[in-house]
Amino acid sequence: MTAMEPILSQENAPAADFRKSVDMRLAIGGGILLLLFVACVGSLPWTLNSHSNFYYDHQGADSLQAPSGAALWTVMGTSKLGQSMLGECLFGGVISLMIGLSAAALSVFLGVGIGLLAGYRGGWVDALLMRTCDILYALPYILLVILFKLALEKRLNGLFGSDMAANLIVLFLAIGLVSWPPMARVIRGQVLSLRTLPFVEAARAAGVPQGRIFTRHLLPNLVGPIVVYATLTVPQAILQESFLSFLGIGIQKPLPTWGSLASDGLTLALNPIASCWWLLVFPCTLLGVTLLALNFVGDGLRDAWDPRRNSKMI
Amino acid sequence: MGRFIAWRLIELPLVLAVIYLVTFTLAWVAPGTPFGNSERKLPAAAEKALREQFHATSDWQFLGYYPRRLLLHGDFGPSMSYDGFTVNDILRASLPISITLGLFAILIALVVGCGVGVMAALQRGGILDGLSLAVALIGISLPSFVVAGLLLAVFSDRLHWLPSGGWGTLKQLILPGFALATLPMAYIARLTRVAMLDTLGNDYVRTARAKGLTRSDVIWRHAFRNAFLPVFTYLGPAAAYAMTGSFVVETVFNIPGLGQHFVNGVKNRDQTLILGTVMVYAAMLLVLNLIVDLGYAMIDPRIDVTAKQ
Repeated sequence: MTAMEPILSQENAPAADFRKSVDMRLAIGGGILLLLFVACVGSLPWTLNSHSNFYYDHQGADSLQAPSGAALWTVMGTSKLGQSMLGECLFGGVISLMIGLSAAALSVFLGVGIGLLAGYRGGWVDALLMRTCDILYALPYILLVILFKLALEKRLNGLFGSDMAANLIVLFLAIGLVSWPPMARVIRGQVLSLRTLPFVEAARAAGVPQGRIFTRHLLPNLVGPIVVYATLTVPQAILQESFLSFLGIGIQKPLPTWGSLASDGLTLALNPIASCWWLLVFPCTLLGVTLLALNFVGDGLRDAWDPRRNSKMI
Repeated sequence: MGRFIAWRLIELPLVLAVIYLVTFTLAWVAPGTPFGNSERKLPAAAEKALREQFHATSDWQFLGYYPRRLLLHGDFGPSMSYDGFTVNDILRASLPISITLGLFAILIALVVGCGVGVMAALQRGGILDGLSLAVALIGISLPSFVVAGLLLAVFSDRLHWLPSGGWGTLKQLILPGFALATLPMAYIARLTRVAMLDTLGNDYVRTARAKGLTRSDVIWRHAFRNAFLPVFTYLGPAAAYAMTGSFVVETVFNIPGLGQHFVNGVKNRDQTLILGTVMVYAAMLLVLNLIVDLGYAMIDPRIDVTAKQ
């Protein structure tokens, strides 16, 4: 993004057939996401009820049963501890989506704030913030997530009085705190070109305070890229969480996430003698479908908002 | 250009110094020390002796000792969890492994990705085009540990073609290489495809063909060279991915590389090892980005990399 780039405008509308394909992607992706979200959240009364077969921490004798249509709770088989995989996947979905959404929200909040400040203020503020961006880029992403998590975890344990809550919050903080630089760069680039426009100058001349210029004059013009990057950050965050779970430093048991279910299932599913494929296939499919749908929505939005940048690639 | 390189070279150690401080702070505020933990409390005297041995009686002593040692001797000090090893020993043993694996993965990603991308562009809408899209979709929607697991299940457990892990022979390099290459390969294939489609529509391609150049000459020497630019910019992020992805892939295939040592360092709160691995990662990434920037200017002389963003 350079200062010379024009601001996103509705004027160069994409060709009709292209519009259609974008709408299709948005519709399919959005529909799948909505369906998954409703299913995961709607099942909470059962997955959180300790008397239900779907309870996420259910301890039963029927461990490692293959999927069978005999009862709804065994449709996806059972886990090593006898939990219903359907219940695990549904509740894991709630946590995966929650982490993805909240981490993306935090990174959007930080990215937009920092980008606005850097672009509008310029000078040493800009230099300082952009160097920080560079440094965050220079460190491998997940390295920082791990370091943040390491630094914050136990401290927050004391604060919240519960390991589980602290675990969730730390993960969301850690992922959110390191994924803002791309957003900040994009916003900064946009602000650099916006701030030279007459309406911003006019607002400043009229004595509008800086905070109000940000919220009332600049932000509305930035909604496009913000929405797009937010949608593309969610799958990133979900994937980061699954990495961490695999390395044993993500969400701790008994809380499930799609990532941790998949990584737990990996060894048992790949056991060549008695393969428990259902432990791997279901969480992976859900994870994959969600990531795909989110990417679809993000790319569709990007094409709709910014027709110059063609993301036919995926 | 010379000024640009000089400036970047001056900036490099400064950025590294900041990264050192940030990492140190993050690693040090983390509760728990390598000197005993809540389950296994060391006697006070033993802990004191250990702390003295590692120059860590206080935060300030630690921060005063290790950076000085690093600057004067290029030495990260002894590892706190691997008894008798210095961090330098560990890095020396594991860095070549990680670099080999990472380079191999990027090489696969480049060769296969570009090849498939060009082919897909040439027969747009054909079988290969659809296939490359499918692989790309799998690449971005499956975590790498699942890809690694599936590769293991097929090529090692079922077909017995390749070993399931370890390090040392060429055969042991193939599966982890491909597991690590999946994601960048997918991106590169799609990037190449889009760029090739754009380039092939240009007038100069038609002219080159009209004046009698062979098809392959036009495709590879005229069109592909231009289409390669976006792929080249992606190499920086691809290298970063190859490094972080290696944490996971090295764990799956039990490869004694840098990623495993970093993860172990974090789990054991081994401050010196964490600092050592992070600094090596950061230095590699910074140098790689510099090389990519310079290479960019070489491939396309029109681009002014010295321009401020």
